[in-house]
This record gives sequence, C-alpha cells and structure tokens, in this order.
Amino acid sequence: MRAPTALRFTVVGAVALAIALMPFVLSDYNRSQGARVAVFFIAILGLNIVTGYTGQISIGHGAFMALGGYTTAILTHSHGWSTLPTLPVAAAVGFGAGIVVGLPALRFHGVYLALTTFAVALAVPQLATNYSHFTGGVEGLPLPSHTGIWLYGLGWSVAAVMFVLSWLLLRGRTGRAFRAVRDSEVAAASSGVSLAVHKTLAFGVSAAIAAVAGSVYVLVNAFVNPDIFGLTLSLYILIGAVVGGLGSLWGVLVGACFVQLLPIGISNSHTVSAQSVPVIFGAMVILVMALLPRGAAEALFWATELPKRIRRVHSSSTPQRLEAQ
Amino acid sequence: MRMRATAAIVPLLLAGCGVFLLVGSLESALFAQLTVSGLANGGIYASLAVALVLIYRATQVINFAQGALATFATYVAWQFIAWNMTYWLAFSLTLGCAFVGGIVVERVAIRPAGRRGSVLSIVIASIGVLILVEGSIPLIWGTDVRFFPSAFPARTIHVGGVAFQLQDLGTIGVSIAAVVLLWILFRFTKLGLAMRAAAFRPEAARLVGVRVGWMLSIGWGLASALGAVAGMMAAPSPSVLLQPSMMDGILIYAFAAAVLGGLESPAGAVVGGLAIGALLNLLGSYVGWVTPQLLLPAAFLLMLTVLLVKPSGLFGRTSVRRV
Repeated sequence: MRAPTALRFTVVGAVALAIALMPFVLSDYNRSQGARVAVFFIAILGLNIVTGYTGQISIGHGAFMALGGYTTAILTHSHGWSTLPTLPVAAAVGFGAGIVVGLPALRFHGVYLALTTFAVALAVPQLATNYSHFTGGVEGLPLPSHTGIWLYGLGWSVAAVMFVLSWLLLRGRTGRAFRAVRDSEVAAASSGVSLAVHKTLAFGVSAAIAAVAGSVYVLVNAFVNPDIFGLTLSLYILIGAVVGGLGSLWGVLVGACFVQLLPIGISNSHTVSAQSVPVIFGAMVILVMALLPRGAAEALFWATELPKRIRRVHSSSTPQRLEAQ
Repeated sequence: MRMRATAAIVPLLLAGCGVFLLVGSLESALFAQLTVSGLANGGIYASLAVALVLIYRATQVINFAQGALATFATYVAWQFIAWNMTYWLAFSLTLGCAFVGGIVVERVAIRPAGRRGSVLSIVIASIGVLILVEGSIPLIWGTDVRFFPSAFPARTIHVGGVAFQLQDLGTIGVSIAAVVLLWILFRFTKLGLAMRAAAFRPEAARLVGVRVGWMLSIGWGLASALGAVAGMMAAPSPSVLLQPSMMDGILIYAFAAAVLGGLESPAGAVVGGLAIGALLNLLGSYVGWVTPQLLLPAAFLLMLTVLLVKPSGLFGRTSVRRV
C-alpha cells in the first residue's frame, strides 16, 4: 500500500516548497497565522508520537506546551537570553516533564491515563497562576514582538526539523517498537520490546516536541499568561491529531490546518457565527470517530486505494484480503 | 494475609477520618462550619462521581462529557425558571430532559465510536461531545455569567453555637437522596437487575432476554440525570456561577472522588466525594500556603497518589488482567 519512495519524496518536496514559497504571497498578518499553523503542526506531531504511534492517550499536551512556553518567556524576560537558544532548553525541560508523566503511565491503562493527563491539563495553568513571581501570574509576561515573516520562518523551520527528526525516529527500530506497544503490549513484550523504556521514551520525545511548540506559540503571541494554555488548547491539539489521523505523519498537516484555519475561515465567511467553531469541531470529532477512526489519512488512503481495489476485484476472481493499512 | 491487612486498613482509615472530623467539629465552631460546607461541595462531587462510575461500570470508559452535559442541563433548568416555572417543577423537568439527552448522546456519539474502535475511540468521542456541548451553550444562551437560584433559602440555622447554611445542608440532602434513589433502582427493581446484568456479563444477559443495548443507553441517561442534579446544586454557589465552563474543575474533583473510591464502586464514589469536599475545604482554610489555585493540583496529586499506591481505590476490587 505504500507509495514508491521516489513518489513520496517528490510529494514531500512539493509540500515543503509550497510552504516555503507561501510567505511571498501572504500579507504580514496571514504570515503570523501561518506561523500559528506551524505551532499546531509541531504540537500535533508531538501528540501523534505518543497517542497515534504508541497508543498512550494524552489529553494534557497543552501542559507541556505551557512548560516550553514559560521556559522561553522566563529565560528571555527575566534572564536576558536571546530567543533562539531557549528552544533547546524548552525541549529539554519538556523531555524531563514527559518522562515524569510517562512513569506513572507504565501502571495506568487507557482511561486512567486519559484521566491523569486531563487533570494535568487543568492543573498546570492553575500552578502558573499561583506561582506568580516566576510566571507573572494572571497578567503574564511580555515578550519581544517579531515580524510575521520572521515568525513564519521560525515556525516552519522548527516544524521541518521536528518532522524530519520524528520521521527518522519512527521509521526505524524505535518506531517499530512504538507501534508494537500500541498494537499489543503482550506481543511487544514477548518479542523483547521493553514496555517501560518505550512508553516513557515516547512520552519524553512527545513532550519535548510539544514544549518546543509552546515556545514558538508564545513567540507568535508575544506574551504569555496561564489562559492561553487552557484546556481548550489541549483539546484542540487532540482534535487536530484525530481529524488528521492518529498514527499518520501526513495527517499532522491536515490536522494543523483544520484546527487553525477553519475558525479563521468561518469568521471571514460571515455566514456562520464564529462562536459555532467549537460546535463544528466537536461534531467533526464525533463523526471522525464513528466513520473514519484514522482520520483524514484514512480518507486519503481509501481515495487512492479504492479505484485500484475495484479494478483488481474486476480483473481477478480470487478474493482480495482487505486490510486497513 | 496481605489481602486481610488492606481490607482492615480501609474501614480503619475511614473511621479515623470520621473521628477527626467529629472531634474537630466539637472542638471548634469554625471547623464544624467548614466541614459542613465542605461536605456540601463533596455531595456535588459525589453525585458527579457516581454518574462517572455508572458509565464506567457499564462500558469501561470515562465520560469526559459528564461535566459539560451537567452544565447544559443546568442552563436548561435556568431557562425553565426564566419561563416562570417553580423551582422544583423546573428541577424535575430538567431531570427528564437530561435523561433523554444522555440516551441521545450514547446512541449518536458513543455507540458508533465503540462499534469500530477501542476504548481510545470512545474516550475521544466523549471529548468530542464535551467540546460540542460546551460550545453550544454560548450559541444558545450567550457568554454572560448568570445567577442560578438556590432551592433553599439563604438562612442559617444554629445548632449549639454553630451556624449552618441551609443551602449546604440542602445540597448534602439532595445529593444523598439522588444517590440513594439510584441505589434503590439498581438493587430492588427488575430494570436495575437487568442493567446490572447487562454491565456485568453482556452476552449472558442477552441470552436471557435482556436488551443490553437499551440498558447501556438507560445507564447513560441516568448518569446524565444525576450529573444534572450535581450541576443544579453547584450553580448557585458564588464560587461557581452558571457559566459554560463551570463544571470543568468540579469534574476533576469528581474524577478524584471516583478514583479514590475505585472507579467501580458507587459507594466508594460517594465516600470519596464527601471526603475530598471536606478535606479540600479544610485544607484551603487552615493551611496558609494552599491558595484556591492550588486546590485543583491538590486533587490531582491525591488522584495520582491513589492510582500509584492502590490503583483499585479504597473500595474497588483488584482486577486481574488476563493476557
């Protein structure tokens, strides 16, 4: 079912080129919107590694974004760092936090993990409000503002680096181990895949990526406060991952565009109220779960695969085994 | 040996908590007032926690939309009252609406996700319901914070020098009554028996003629109605108020309560809810550095500790996972 390698590289190259050329036709405001798409792209990529590829649900990725965002904000605002060196620090902090959250995940299954991460998503903004001498409390901290083109460039460069790193991680031995853990923990363990190592590693990597997304997020916003990391953010990342397709790197782009651009499209169209965005999002999530549990990636798969299958069924009388992915 | 030791610890622990609260209340009037208002919050957490447990027992999933559904029901009640209905008429009509709403949610959103997918799909579908329902409230009623009337007069009654809010006592009473009614339904009616059978062993229940699918739907309906009770009891409180996200925090406390009780046990959820309500209220008032912002992380920490130390909770059975 995999497309030939040459074709895949061509498509990746074309998409990358399109993203790289986009800022030349966009206004400065739309460039910063594009940077926001990049933020969601990175965050959804991170969530996809732990939820899509390793099967460990996390509803709390906004919390990791908050960690990264506050790391960048505090280092630049209170310690006089320049912007870019804070990104690796944010990734390291996120990695550490992901390991810490991943450790209990070894004992929790399914719903318990969902519960814990949901609580993390709600608790972290409260902590940020409480320890205001670090975080600026409810008012938050200001950050230097940047031009749209700078933000767009930063966002998509970081996104590209993260995408390539994730792809390298997921295509090899580690990625296979992640997928084995997702599909059957017992089978994975009996094939010599260490559940403890891979579950915590997946959480760590995923949280590190989300933390970097958080750093870019606060740079795009040019300020940080607890509200921007509310439950809604965590839920939006999850929506993006679900709509794009869990366990698909392609879906990440679709998901990011969906989450960031649909609300803008709706408020620009003036036909429906901008307040109806959550309703549409919620309905989409329910629909996707009912019809296409693997999201847009699955829709794409069927769109390319169905004509071939039909042709094959017509040409040969032997029944074909239908397998998803 | 180990089993017996843990079995003895739980009643001892609970008795200890009870004695602590009782002695404290006899010693200090303030402590007594705080305990009672904490228990009132606890009653709200308990109702929501029992709703979660009901659904968990039937389908092995956590309903993340429980809080949002409760908020929606509370808005419906507000609307009924705004149409000049008496409080209790609006209350009972709302319970009916919530019951039907719960059934609709199960049929439309949850069951299709469960048919093809795993627990993960159902959890995500319930989050879809959360987003949808919470998002539809501003569309219908706007974003203004509204005042929801209380069923009980804002008076205090004095017992031995301690002033108890009538509102608090009423909330405890209504929450307990709702849970007891539900217990009677499950324990003593044919419908309750069928529902327990459907949750406990679906195939066998189907063989003896229980309509398992409908039992699941009714379970969601009942849970939704119970959540509506929690919402209507919570909304009058000045620290909550009727607003789209009012149950988000309460849902976490209810999660913690349900986990403390073992997720499988309604009685455990009630005890857990009351305990967390009282504990957090006392903690927030007596321990100086515990600010209101830290109560939610505290509940989270408690939940995490229970999950790590005794994942089956205080009342749950230890489950053996077969591989």
